[in-house]
Amino acid sequence: MISLVHFLVVGGLLFTLGLVTVATRRNAVGVLMGVELILNGANVNFVAFGRYGPAATTGQVFALFVILLAAAEAAVGLAIVLAIFQTARTIDVRQADLLRE
Amino acid sequence: MSPLRRTVLWALATAAVIAFVVAMGRMAIGPAAEEAARPAPGAVGLPDVLFFLLAAVAVGGAAAVAISRNILRSAVGLLAALLGVGGLYVFLSADFVAITQVLVYIGGVLVLVLFAVMLTSRITEVAVSNTSVGAFGGILLFVAVAPVLAAVAVLGPWSAREPAPLAPTTRVIGDALLTRWLLPFEVASLLLLATLVGAVVMARKEIKVE
Repeated sequence: MISLVHFLVVGGLLFTLGLVTVATRRNAVGVLMGVELILNGANVNFVAFGRYGPAATTGQVFALFVILLAAAEAAVGLAIVLAIFQTARTIDVRQADLLRE
Repeated sequence: MSPLRRTVLWALATAAVIAFVVAMGRMAIGPAAEEAARPAPGAVGLPDVLFFLLAAVAVGGAAAVAISRNILRSAVGLLAALLGVGGLYVFLSADFVAITQVLVYIGGVLVLVLFAVMLTSRITEVAVSNTSVGAFGGILLFVAVAPVLAAVAVLGPWSAREPAPLAPTTRVIGDALLTRWLLPFEVASLLLLATLVGAVVMARKEIKVE
């Protein structure tokens, strides 16, 4: 029988793998992918707690807001990546350490 | 940094992580595990198999994102992870969230990511496209974080209730968005507008007047 714990473990694993991706990647797009994974792990927890708790709708509304914020974050983040690439010809996050051209 | 110093630092980090995990196991997880009641294992049915399949797709995709050396393979792994998570939402009786996940994440975010990959990195050069700081640091971080989260998930004192039967959720979510969560909803639309304008302003090519 599937219980809350199963979903929490999956969410935790997604979060950890996202964290590892963010910490080890040098490619800015890869870092953004890691952030998406982290947000998805949190989202699984939100919906699972909603399902097995007293407020199912609240959990799902939170998940919707998180999805929305993730979309906004991805759009702005990728725009920044493109801008960095146009200036520095690289998207290595270690190279992007200047505030001016 | 000299190689010797780097080796010493890595060894120290490894020792710290191992000490942390052992201490957690001894002091927090061990006593809690003895007190926790074990639920009797029930018969394995089709839902269980489906759940583990979806969870494997999600976690496997996430692992591909974290491990793969090729950024395009990472993107495909992200696709698998997002699809798996969407399936888990269906499992949790969150049909509207699942559809939103597919529409927004896979239809929007993933396409954006692929565009960024194509526009920026020299994807044919695998070595350049997705270098990572080092597998060792990643493994260290994973070992430090994953067991703790899993232990909290398994041993936490969740007062889980018997879930309600599956029902469509679109109507209640619409009600909730336009009553209790009206202000966040409106702020979110403002945020999306600002994002739209900001992304266009940042990503456009500046034409300099010579």
